[in-house]
Amino acid sequence: MSDIVATNQTILVVGGGISGMTAALEAAEVGKQVIVIEKTPSVGGRVTKLYKYFPKLCFPTCGQEINQRRMAANRNITVLTMAEVTELSGEAGNYSATVKISPRYVNDNCTACGACAEVVESEFDDEHNYNMSKRKGAYLPHNLAMPKRYVIDPALIGTDEATKAKEACPFNAIDLDMQEETIELKAGAVVWATGWRPFDANKIQPYGYDRFDNVITSVEFERMMDPFGPTGGKLVRPSDGKEAKNVAFIQCAGSRDRNYLRHCSRICCMASLKQSTYVTEKYGDEANVSIYYIDIRAIDRFEDFYQKVQDNENVTFIKSKVANIVENHENNNPVLKGVNTEGYHRYENEHDLVVLAVGMEPSVAKDEFPIELKLNDEGFIENDEANGGVFAAGCSADALDVNRAVQSATASALRAIQVVNRVAQAEG
Amino acid sequence: MSDLNTSMVEKYRNNFLKEVEAHVEEGEWVKMCMQCGVCSGSCPLGPHWEHPPQELFMMIRAGKREEVLSSESMWMCTSCYNCIVRCPRELPITHIMHGLAHYATRLGIEPKGQPTRQFAQLFWDNLAKNGRVNELWLGVNLYFMNGLVEGIKVAMGMAGIGLGMLKAGRLSLKELVGGHTVKDKKGFKAMIKKAQELEAARVDK
Ligand SMILES: Cc1cc2nc3c(=O)[nH]c(=O)nc-3n(C[C@H](O)[C@H](O)[C@H](O)COP(=O)(O)OP(=O)(O)OC[C@H]3O[C@@H](n4cnc5c(N)ncnc54)[C@H](O)[C@@H]3O)c2cc1C
Ligand code: SF4
Ligand code: SF4
Repeated sequence: MSDIVATNQTILVVGGGISGMTAALEAAEVGKQVIVIEKTPSVGGRVTKLYKYFPKLCFPTCGQEINQRRMAANRNITVLTMAEVTELSGEAGNYSATVKISPRYVNDNCTACGACAEVVESEFDDEHNYNMSKRKGAYLPHNLAMPKRYVIDPALIGTDEATKAKEACPFNAIDLDMQEETIELKAGAVVWATGWRPFDANKIQPYGYDRFDNVITSVEFERMMDPFGPTGGKLVRPSDGKEAKNVAFIQCAGSRDRNYLRHCSRICCMASLKQSTYVTEKYGDEANVSIYYIDIRAIDRFEDFYQKVQDNENVTFIKSKVANIVENHENNNPVLKGVNTEGYHRYENEHDLVVLAVGMEPSVAKDEFPIELKLNDEGFIENDEANGGVFAAGCSADALDVNRAVQSATASALRAIQVVNRVAQAEG
Repeated sequence: MSDLNTSMVEKYRNNFLKEVEAHVEEGEWVKMCMQCGVCSGSCPLGPHWEHPPQELFMMIRAGKREEVLSSESMWMCTSCYNCIVRCPRELPITHIMHGLAHYATRLGIEPKGQPTRQFAQLFWDNLAKNGRVNELWLGVNLYFMNGLVEGIKVAMGMAGIGLGMLKAGRLSLKELVGGHTVKDKKGFKAMIKKAQELEAARVDK
């Protein structure tokens, strides 16, 4: 790793989701040197966990693949995975970063043949599936992982299984002696693109996410549609594996609420409208979707998507913030209670499955940044001169959909380019 | 119509929301309601209200003065605080309910014969007398609220509880004559008087 060259004209991109990848590509394709620091074993971020994109309902894999090709083809980009910035200091044009790289125990001889995984039996929660399923201790994070290289779980180190995996590898790619590394990098500008995480649904006590099997989150629902996902692409109830045809979506689960997140997460209305089409895609006319909402925020051009879903007879809109959920103990159906504010009708509605449209919060907590940055009340990074040469991209800047995240990333790349251009001029 | 009521109608004309903001305790919060309905759905007495809180807030904004102030709804609030805990906008809903009920009472247009209101009045009169609640008289007054015959029936039904309280020393027959008071009764009365003056200044302003 010590062969990485970084100077005051290098742009450091922290976070390799769609925003970080976009910023890196924009800068690299105009000739700037870029280093991407990604915490997990592969780039792509949360969009790799989505089944389809609104508004066009295309598969994220396609855009992802194009980006990966562009990255692979560009010599100006260096990607460090399983890496985190632990310290960052300096000012625009002159930053030093300390980067901690965790051992993967697999080097670049790996062809992703999977021979190691075949001999390993231990299983761990699969992060890619929000822990809804298990993965082996030797694993490829997901099908579209870049780099396409296996990982040995650190829990395996020192066990017979690790040795077995090493012996099974035909390419001598497993190196059990790899150690954690710390490197120092210089940079002229930093694009901060660490993205978002779903709001912890356990905190919304009246909805019983922690108590009822058939109350799940929108990110989990998204994983169920993946043919390689935790349910093999089936829309079923966690309690008994039965088909979930009568599905309720609860909007603003954790957002727009002074008890939880104060902001509107902006994407969850569209996400639920999109997910309602998943139910009709699976079950056709047997699908029965209810969307409980305060008001539907299908921002700007998305209004027509909303109208299309409204026209679907299998989808009902109920203007109400659900008060609480109880469980019917006979069939594990969640029962939603509240008042429909259109006409003030009190309801007690039973559904097969309830999906909480959870809000987005910044993935890096306010006190976890390695350098002081101007944040707003919600913890998103402000576009502020006080942040010097650090520019936020995508969901570290705000709750955004992919389209807007990419716009934000392009803008940040441009700002970073301007900084390193100034350095280049000064240095002649 | 009371004079106060007439003058308020004159003053605010069509803007009942402004009137509520100015004169009802915590009334300035009403405009913050986003009509999500979580309070109405969370109220344990909800099915028995004619207008749940969020509907009352909408009615206030729609200027339905008569309907709101003469409503029995806010008198149904038991102060369980479920709505306050869940309101995403942190409206002090319970307090607004009591504020509305109190304002209606001051204007003299509260619903007559509403049992919660009557109990509240009895409780207050009882407390304001000696600075302590005289449970015996409160019980007696409460039972006979609806007349003599009804009162005897209710009292007989509650006899078991009453005897139990006597035994446990929670109720004393001495309370029938005079009853226990706070140490400084004069000071207590002065305090209540001052509070009422402040209150009146706020409501009538
Ligand atoms: C249920 C749901 C459905 C959605 N559906 C759609 C849709 O259909 N269409 C659409 O346009 N949008 C959709 N979105 C929004 C979409 O997921 C986001 O817009 C997108 O993920 C933003 O990308 P990002 O790169 O900014 O953040 P992320 O995807 O979160 O990427 C951040 C990256 O940074 C890495 N990282 C985090 N912390 C660190 C650290 N400390 N150091 C280094 N790296 C770090 C992460 O591992 C990750 O790779 C949906 C969102 C939800 C919740
Ligand atoms: S986008 Fe919709 S569901 Fe999400 S917080 Fe905003 S209003 Fe609520
Ligand atoms: S819970 Fe709060 S915001 Fe929602 S309707 Fe009631 S008062 Fe309004």
